[in-house]
Amino acid sequence: MNRRKSADWLEQLVFVGPAFICFALIVIVPFFLGMYYSFTDWNGVSGKVTWSGLANFKQILFNDPDFLKSFWFTVRFSVAAVIISNVLAFTVALILTRPLKLRNTLRTVFFLPNVIGGLLLGFIWQFIFVKGFPAIGQLTNIPFFNLPWLGDEVTAFWGIVIVFAWQTAGYFMVIYIAALMNVPKDIMEAAQLDGAKPWQLLYQIIVPLIMPAVTVCLFLAISNAFKMFDLNLSLTKGGPFKSTESVALNIYTEAFQNNRFGLGTAKAFLFFIVVAVITTIQVRITKSKEVEV
Amino acid sequence: METPRYTIRTFSLEIIAILLGLLFLVSFYFVIVNSFKTFADLLTDPTSLPTSLMWDNFVRAWKILKFPTVLTNSLIITVIANLAIAFLSAMAAYRMVRHPNKLNNFLFLIFVAAMVIPFQSIMIPLVRVAKTAGLFDSIFGLVVCYIGFGAPLSIFMFHGFIKSIPMEIEESAVVDGTSTYGTFFRIVLPLLKPIGVTVILLNSLWIWNDFLLPFLILQDPTLKTIPLATNTFFGQYTKQWDLALAALVLGIIPIVIFFLAMQRHIIEGITAGSVKG
Repeated sequence: MNRRKSADWLEQLVFVGPAFICFALIVIVPFFLGMYYSFTDWNGVSGKVTWSGLANFKQILFNDPDFLKSFWFTVRFSVAAVIISNVLAFTVALILTRPLKLRNTLRTVFFLPNVIGGLLLGFIWQFIFVKGFPAIGQLTNIPFFNLPWLGDEVTAFWGIVIVFAWQTAGYFMVIYIAALMNVPKDIMEAAQLDGAKPWQLLYQIIVPLIMPAVTVCLFLAISNAFKMFDLNLSLTKGGPFKSTESVALNIYTEAFQNNRFGLGTAKAFLFFIVVAVITTIQVRITKSKEVEV
Repeated sequence: METPRYTIRTFSLEIIAILLGLLFLVSFYFVIVNSFKTFADLLTDPTSLPTSLMWDNFVRAWKILKFPTVLTNSLIITVIANLAIAFLSAMAAYRMVRHPNKLNNFLFLIFVAAMVIPFQSIMIPLVRVAKTAGLFDSIFGLVVCYIGFGAPLSIFMFHGFIKSIPMEIEESAVVDGTSTYGTFFRIVLPLLKPIGVTVILLNSLWIWNDFLLPFLILQDPTLKTIPLATNTFFGQYTKQWDLALAALVLGIIPIVIFFLAMQRHIIEGITAGSVKG
């Protein structure tokens, strides 16, 4: 009996051990260590770590206009980016579930930006905003292209939103297409026979039936928009005048450039709570709207 | 059931979709076309096709980026991390599904719950932990980090898949006297191929393109990956767009080829990965 028990323990260790040890070392330990550091004045270099209580959190909330600014930017950005990328993805998915001749090629085209990392995409679009758009503007005289792209707060904000939507829409499109193809044909036909207009079909049949896909896409869009870092770094570096600095970039700068690790971990801790709360609320709300056929 | 006819409406939708598709590709047109121009041509007329092909931009970018080295680094890291994540996650998920005791249910809960932690929330202490544990500035260390971050989602996906495999196949093997290890390697592992492909492809896109983690963990310039090299490149050659665009084209070619070769599986993977309870 005892030998069987120890063999069982050995199996547990061999099968779950390696993955769990890496996971614990890389995720769990830093997570709790970060919580601890957020209550200290650690500068990242010295061995001396002094407990400072809630000082970091007071500093962030009352004495750090840049952080609040970057937080407000991230919120506005996420709202715009989540709505635009999902509306675009859903529209494209609706079109590409029709029997078009170039359907598969077009699906590939829309997905393509997704395979190239955010950092490279940011550099690509930097060129387009700085050189490409003015050139088109000269040729066509369309005011849109002659705006000072990336040059002032408003256009830089929308510039990042455009690139984010362009990058992520293809991914959400795939999820929406899968969901749309699973909408039962007989329900659609029955509704059409009953005289439902196209928009009634959309709001009263299609959207409720694909709610699980909406839940997933909104979750991914919200968490990606909140965590945006690569795109931000390569496209604007937070400029002009820190107007497009995301929370992720602000945390990075605080810790690794200003060497204020205690303050940085406190910001990271608050960031985690906000992301967790917002995504949980979103999943709760959209899940409650899911229906069974 | 009759097949839907190709109507005028469908045709106009096709036109709209094609126009939207072209709009999506315009950015690539700009980058590719201009990467072949001389700097002067690029400045005077960024919209036209190049008059002559400047391969020299690519030759110089290739050298400055040390492209063979960074490509090899990216490949090594992506391949090893992928194999390690898929293998270790499959093992862990298998045990958790087949021995659903209190401990394993708790561990599974922790793995899944950790998926909501944003990377930026743990990156600061992670650097410290990596230094203490001897994982800093080494490919092995970076791979361990990828296992840690990749395990939750991969375990989650394997877990769901293994639950759907009937126990009978394994039971008959056990009756025939196969050990648990033998059962896993000879019977279960081959069955996991479909979900394994999905897990590996999704992790490949992520690891290949990842910037921040290698940026924090790798210091040695000879260990640079493609995103790291591109970032340093842009720091040094900010306004030399002819060189910079050639470097960008070099950087995106490998992953675009990989995607075009694997696209059916990648699309299926996303579809499978998003359908969760």
